[in-house]
Amino acid sequence: MQASDRFNINSQLEHLQAKYVGTGHADLNRFEWAVNIQRDSYASYIGHYPLLAYVGIAENESIGRERYNFMQKMLLPCGLPPEKEED
Amino acid sequence: MASVDPEIAKTQEERKRMEQQLASLNSVTFDTDLYGGSDKDSYLTSIPANEDDENLDAMDNEVARKLASYTAPKSLLKDMPSAPESDADIGFRKPQRIIDREDDYRRRRLNQIISPERHDPFSAGEKTPDPSVRTYSDVMREEALKREKEETLKAISKKKKEEEEAAKAAPPQQQQQKRRNRWDQSQDEGGAAAAPVKKAKTSDWDMPDTTPGRWDATPTPGRVSDATPGRRNRWDETPTPGRVGDSDATPAGGATPGATPAGMTWDATPKLSGMATPTPKRQRSRWDETPATMGSATPLPGATPAAAYTPGVTPVGGIELATPTPGALQGSITPEQYNLLRWERDIEERNRPLTDEELDAMFPQEGYKILDPPASYVPIRTPARKLLATPTPLGTPLYQIPEENRGQQFDVPKEVPGGLPFMKPEDYQYFGALLNEENEEDLSPDEQKERKIMKLLLKVKNGTPPQRKTALRQLTDKAREFGAGPLFNRILPLLMQPTLEDQERHLLVKVIDRVLYKLDELVRPFVHKILVVIEPLLIDEDYYARVEGREIISNLSKAAGLATMIAAMRPDIDNIDEYVRNTTARAFSVVASALGIPALLPFLKAVCQSKKSWQARHTGIKIVQQIAILIGCAVLPHLRSLVEIIEHGLNDENQKVRTITALSLAALAEAAAPYGIESFDSVLKPLWKGIRQHRGKVLAAFLKAIGFIIPLMEALYASYYTKEVMLILIREFQSPDEEMKKIVLKVVKQCVSTEGVEAEYIRNDILPEFFRNFWVRRMALDRRNYKQLVETTVEIANKVGVADIVGRIVEDLKDESEPYRRMVMETIEKVVTNLGASDIDARLEELLIDGILYAFQEQTSDDANVMLNGFGAVVNSLGQRVKPYLPQICGTIKWRLNNKSAKVRQQAADLISRIAVVMKQCHEEQLMGHLGVVLYEYLGEEYPEVLGSILGALKSIVNVIGMTKMTPPIKDLLPRLTPILKNRHEKVQENCIDLVGRIADRGAEFVPAREWMRICFELLEMLKAHKKGIRRATVNTFGYIAKAIGPQDVLATLLNNLKVQERQNRVCTTVAIAIVAETCSPFTVLPALMNEYRVPELNVQNGVLKSLSFLFEYIGEMGKDYIYAVTPLLEDALMDRDLVHRQTAASAVKHMALGVAGLGCEDALVHLLNYVWPNIFETSPHVINAVMEAIEGMRVALGAAVVLNYCLQGLFHPARKVREVYWKIYNSLYIGAQDALVASYPALEDEHSNVYSRPELMMFI
Repeated sequence: MQASDRFNINSQLEHLQAKYVGTGHADLNRFEWAVNIQRDSYASYIGHYPLLAYVGIAENESIGRERYNFMQKMLLPCGLPPEKEED
Repeated sequence: MASVDPEIAKTQEERKRMEQQLASLNSVTFDTDLYGGSDKDSYLTSIPANEDDENLDAMDNEVARKLASYTAPKSLLKDMPSAPESDADIGFRKPQRIIDREDDYRRRRLNQIISPERHDPFSAGEKTPDPSVRTYSDVMREEALKREKEETLKAISKKKKEEEEAAKAAPPQQQQQKRRNRWDQSQDEGGAAAAPVKKAKTSDWDMPDTTPGRWDATPTPGRVSDATPGRRNRWDETPTPGRVGDSDATPAGGATPGATPAGMTWDATPKLSGMATPTPKRQRSRWDETPATMGSATPLPGATPAAAYTPGVTPVGGIELATPTPGALQGSITPEQYNLLRWERDIEERNRPLTDEELDAMFPQEGYKILDPPASYVPIRTPARKLLATPTPLGTPLYQIPEENRGQQFDVPKEVPGGLPFMKPEDYQYFGALLNEENEEDLSPDEQKERKIMKLLLKVKNGTPPQRKTALRQLTDKAREFGAGPLFNRILPLLMQPTLEDQERHLLVKVIDRVLYKLDELVRPFVHKILVVIEPLLIDEDYYARVEGREIISNLSKAAGLATMIAAMRPDIDNIDEYVRNTTARAFSVVASALGIPALLPFLKAVCQSKKSWQARHTGIKIVQQIAILIGCAVLPHLRSLVEIIEHGLNDENQKVRTITALSLAALAEAAAPYGIESFDSVLKPLWKGIRQHRGKVLAAFLKAIGFIIPLMEALYASYYTKEVMLILIREFQSPDEEMKKIVLKVVKQCVSTEGVEAEYIRNDILPEFFRNFWVRRMALDRRNYKQLVETTVEIANKVGVADIVGRIVEDLKDESEPYRRMVMETIEKVVTNLGASDIDARLEELLIDGILYAFQEQTSDDANVMLNGFGAVVNSLGQRVKPYLPQICGTIKWRLNNKSAKVRQQAADLISRIAVVMKQCHEEQLMGHLGVVLYEYLGEEYPEVLGSILGALKSIVNVIGMTKMTPPIKDLLPRLTPILKNRHEKVQENCIDLVGRIADRGAEFVPAREWMRICFELLEMLKAHKKGIRRATVNTFGYIAKAIGPQDVLATLLNNLKVQERQNRVCTTVAIAIVAETCSPFTVLPALMNEYRVPELNVQNGVLKSLSFLFEYIGEMGKDYIYAVTPLLEDALMDRDLVHRQTAASAVKHMALGVAGLGCEDALVHLLNYVWPNIFETSPHVINAVMEAIEGMRVALGAAVVLNYCLQGLFHPARKVREVYWKIYNSLYIGAQDALVASYPALEDEHSNVYSRPELMMFI
């Protein structure tokens, strides 16, 4: 840990990571970041009811169905993780 | 001897080196002990430019708050520059040894044995345990054996006693009064720790005691001597030297020396080798220092009485006694002994007889002949005679300049090799092995590991903070590698070290905590071992030690699991030693709170119903009590089951069990209040029946339980049950027993305060007896009685009204006993404050004022507050009715203001501030004006405490009668106050600044501007005051003054002040500038301030920036009008080479951004962000912190999307260092505005099978 980190919120980065799943680090790859983005997005859609209603109308689905779909999509939002090249 | 020589030589060498070091002037040396061995890395490389850096709590910076009054930044008000508080904080305080503040009872922890490891059935699985390992059944068997032995011994001694009695037919032994420790009873203060009663006097105490011998199962630490010989047996199991006096004091005990079973016990104990060294109980002698080493029993020389008591039996440890080996370090040896030995050795070394070789070297080779000593010669062996031998001078001795021996050892402790911290003498026996300079490679892996652990522990125990930190981390990280066994075998004995200090114990306990976490299930075999060491913490005086102990035990139970915990502690539940049972009960309650009460319930139930021994039942019920005390209202869900578990204890055959049951019920009811009465249904009957059957201690406990249960009841029942219990209570009013008195008072209070108990009933049935028995002078003498009586009386007054109570006691204000008068006064004060004085009729009023004046004037003791408060409360509650008496009161005050004693003067002045408001109500303005003049004349007071009070009195008068009517006139008063502002006493400062501030606020026009300027300068100094109130008042006053005389002059002086060297002064000045800006609108200040930035001087520029930062913090939204004006200045500052410039500018930007968020200044902010952003790669902590905060501010003001766009460029930068910084920013952005980011994430292209696009965002209708 750097000296500068001692004073700010990042001093507990590890702790933060546990608390906020969506935080990142220097070794995060594109896929992992995208997964976080997608999940945050779905959580946001579900959390904002008007947005959910909007999507419901656009897709001609019930709001409950949309909510369910979004939750399901949060499982694997971007498909399976790509094979790691170096391993 | 041989082992000492190299030691001495080495020390000498070390010393020589040190001296050389000191002598060489080109290297910097300083006393590392005193100043701490700090390295430069831990220094800060930049200075905090605003005090915010000191408070890391982000919540403290509420910036956009509306300003109700002028304030300074919280941080500044909160922690101001302070000189080191006291020596105690920087290590000059004498370290406190735990043992020094422990009483005998607590010291019994040292008698405990760190038990060997136990079998862990979980890890062993189905395997039969190794016979060498102690299993649960082994332990239980040992415990049973011990108990059986004890029973037998008791029987023997009882028989013996009987025989003796028969033989002597002597008068009954006089039972001496003994002091009981409250640990024996319960944590609760008012616990039923009923004081003992002389046996001869009444049979109350003895009657229900079916088993007289059991009483002593509760040992009383402070007891002077044992009551009867029969009671001695248990305590003599371990022969303790301090005990010898005991037996001497008890003739009966002394009469049976040879046959005392004590010796037999000692010898027959199966775990002899595991016994800890006995320590004396009475006075602390140096024998107390003997560290208890694990597994080696070393009765010290003083302990020989053990042998004397056991003729014919080989005393244990005799082997070690027989051959005292002073040279051996590894034995248990006290530091004093160690030093003594070393000193002796040193002397002997110097005075040893000359050897032949030395003589050969001294004398010439030829011309001398060596003769044989005559056959009759016997060398003098006794040193005393040697000294007496006449010296034979060989001619006149000339003076010789003594040669300095540089290598001489002045008792310098031996330095430990390898950068290890200093070792105290008592540490040698634990860490002595580290001193052996063995080659690490030659050691076996196990030994190496051991050595490593010892080194780390030594660093934790004695090292500097950085050493300690790394050592602690290493211990934690490698805990599993080291293994539980080696770790605990090293740590736990250290904790039993008698010379342990608080700090050391704290550190070691911390080690255990950390290690526990890592070891997890591996600790199982060591659970009991750890408990033995940790349990004493649960009854420590120190709150934090208790909390620590709880934490460890709770972690331990989580790591080891319930089954292991129960298995480890079960044998202790009916241990013969009360100390063990007490601590075990407490530990069990912690386990219950850690693992949940339901898990423990079946076990508790079984224990509480134990048929085998009353001790088990007692402990089980005590566990319930402790659970209630520990977890409070969380017992509610399990209340019924807990009550059911213990209810049968109320009818137990054993008196102690009955007592503890009642106490546990009290604790449960207290914890559950105000709910849960239905759970107590089953115990109501036995309780109320019990109070008719029992006497003494048990009755006290029962009453206590009832006292706590009644408030839970509904009004109707409460009234009924109160009447039931009141008969007994009123009977017990007369009890001479102090404990009983306290409990009765408490129960009366609880009953009376319960709804449903009618005032009429109290007035008729309780009051007469109550006042007759309790309102007597004797009650005022004991502090606890005093407090309890006042509380109860106040509670009664709440029911029956003021007049009744005050009427009964008002005459006593003229009582001749001062403590009693004080008690009366305090009661009146509380009653009158609670209920007002409207009930008091004219006659009573007269009596009251008369009494109060009498009591006030007659007081002699130092504790003046009671009288003062009482006087103030009565006068204030009487209000206008006090008018006729005011001249008399003021006369008294004036007379007392002129008193010789400072205390009296102070009190008189304080009284003025209390009654000023009432005087105004009574329209006694002339009187007040007069008092004002009198006080003004006393402003030359020497005693700061008194001066402070006088200023306070003046302030209250000014407040009440206003500036215009004030006498002396403000224009005369203020110039007298200016010099007083210089006074450094806190009370004076605070009162003076309050008064000045008041005048500045309301009557600034009465004083010439020049005077105000002078005051401004004085105020600057006061911004540094330690006390927050003073700083706040100063800041306010600054604002008032600036408002009164206009900002220009004040600002000019303040800006000049920026040039001074002293940093504190500059900081205060910047604060003051910001305050002025806020009071007089920023536009009056900003031009001058910005102009000042042109001064090419670092301090000034930084001061300006800092003022800007504060300024924008205060003015919040107002900042939107000025942001464009200061932007060029900030641009410049953010591009400056100087770090502090950029740092301060960044914090100014932060405050600005937060202040103008949502007010349409985005263009300027984006512009500033462009200047802030390049600083993100700074490494200096304060700078980077300020920059990050500025960016956070921007997030708030500009929105997360803008900052995200800045961020995106670096998140996947090829350079890792860059990525790290950017991710850091991203993370704080994410945490701050997770949801807002969703809309602005970049669109990622899909890859192979992975879909990254977010089609939902593209939808539209």
